[in-house]
Amino acid sequence: MNIALLLEMAAEAAPDRVGLVCDGKRWTYAELLAAARGAAELIEASGAGHVALLDESSEAAVVALFGAGLAGVPYCPLNYRLADADLAGLLDRIAPALIVGDVNRVERLSTGKGHSIHLRAHFVDSAQAARVAEGREYDQGEGVAVQLFTSGTTASPKAAILRHSNLMSYILGTVEFAGADEDDAALVCVPPYHIAGISALMSSIYAQRRIVLLPAFAPESWIKLAEAERVTNAFVVPTMLSRIIETLDASSTNGEEKVDIASLRAISYGGGKMPLEIISRALELFPETGFTNAYGLTETSSTVALLGPDEHRKAHLSDDPKARTRLASVGQPLPTVEIEIRDEDGRCCAPGEAGEIYVRGDQVSGEYKEKSALDAEGWFPTRDAGYIDEEGYLFLSGRADDVIVRGGENMSPGEIEDVLLTHPDVAEACAVAIPSVEWGEAVGIAVVTREGHVQPAEADLKELIRGRLRSSRVPDKVLFVEQLPYNEMGKLLRREVKVLLAD
Amino acid sequence: MKPGTRLKSAVCDTEVMVIRSGDGQIECGGAAMVEAKTGNTGEPSADLAAGTLMGKRYVDAAGAYELLCVKPGKGSLSVDGAVLVTKDAKPLPASD
Repeated sequence: MNIALLLEMAAEAAPDRVGLVCDGKRWTYAELLAAARGAAELIEASGAGHVALLDESSEAAVVALFGAGLAGVPYCPLNYRLADADLAGLLDRIAPALIVGDVNRVERLSTGKGHSIHLRAHFVDSAQAARVAEGREYDQGEGVAVQLFTSGTTASPKAAILRHSNLMSYILGTVEFAGADEDDAALVCVPPYHIAGISALMSSIYAQRRIVLLPAFAPESWIKLAEAERVTNAFVVPTMLSRIIETLDASSTNGEEKVDIASLRAISYGGGKMPLEIISRALELFPETGFTNAYGLTETSSTVALLGPDEHRKAHLSDDPKARTRLASVGQPLPTVEIEIRDEDGRCCAPGEAGEIYVRGDQVSGEYKEKSALDAEGWFPTRDAGYIDEEGYLFLSGRADDVIVRGGENMSPGEIEDVLLTHPDVAEACAVAIPSVEWGEAVGIAVVTREGHVQPAEADLKELIRGRLRSSRVPDKVLFVEQLPYNEMGKLLRREVKVLLAD
Repeated sequence: MKPGTRLKSAVCDTEVMVIRSGDGQIECGGAAMVEAKTGNTGEPSADLAAGTLMGKRYVDAAGAYELLCVKPGKGSLSVDGAVLVTKDAKPLPASD
């Protein structure tokens, strides 16, 4: 079943209703569908094997997502924040592609690969102008709808594959068709290359909830847009919520004119660990708002477990410390999904016992372009560690594979360590996550000085990383140690390094 | 019937997407649904004319069949004469 059905149904039931607002321009469902159908013509004519978006969020994301679906070509939004060398590798892997967005960068990084490259406005205009034959047939939706490159721990990003069937099970299983009120509006500020950015488009269109796009997040613009568009729903990553609260608090102490965002009925969050102090503060600041914590992965077509609004309030108001800890839970599995915790030998863990989280369900793809990660019974090992309490609430205790999640951004320790090891005075290096109130997690590094060399300056190491990677990779904490802890197999014991850095 | 197959009512405007299906005959308004049609070939029978609702999922008692209504009409959905009912799931809070 093709994901384009979601948009077709919205356009059939409410053609003139506004489905999307971006940069002040409003798009009805009928206009979005017409553009997606036009895009399918462009995609077919280009002979592209993928449709990529190298751009911030805009109407082009909707047009490309559903246009690619109709044409039966995987939609592959790319992270425009990637360094040139990494992006070049991905561009080559998806060649030949129809690429929307940063034309100059694609021409510079991936020449002669047969890409068909369009500026955003040109793509949308051409899609709207394209001739579509009456009654033409589209792809049946039996293949891949979306391909997302994960920022895994390995050097080369994995191409996670979501089939039409995975995404349709997720939407049909969790969203009531046309379930939104006419005035409902969802503020979408996650980047288009994030699974939450894609599922937000599909969920809102199927619910007929107007999408209000904020292409680049800044707390002030988020608040302004929420007020102007009378936004009722929003999804944020923990860092965004923390910055929104900071901004609201600052504006009220400065005696600025009070913003009216009382229309916000529901705020959902996910994509990283939410610090308890932030969510508690949010519950006080928005007493009428329902909060939902969503846990999911790219490979599971977004949400697989959630902690709902009533559960948030109950935990927040409870005097029982145990009930209060539930605020830190990601809730219970969706009715359509099964979750198990398994120990290192693959046995199911008892309640309260930590292990690796396994997920199963029709929405779970667990598939990469190279191979499927599902086991024989269809379970997907998430590589996330966690436990389930006596009442069935799921708690996350970190990434099984030590990825550092800073403000919703996944960073692999390996890339930071690789850069550190290029310093002539560094013999060994280990990067781990350290707790951060602002970002959930931040980078901490432990470094061993090369024998006979002088210990490098902290500032030099930070500068080295800033120069070679993005600023988010710059460590908050640097520790010099005599040696790093290894096990008998020579495997670096990152957990022990974490303990060292936590002190 | 293969999942993803689009079926049309022979006697009203109803169209459904097959989500899950066995080997039985899928009907609307008492008449077998078809993949291609040129026009209505009658009216829904009186006892099978409660109508279909856009976006609702219809299931049989055993859970072997599930159809998504993508276009509403006057007929009722059934499989081998047994009327399908709407699948009412507890609404979930929006999570993305």
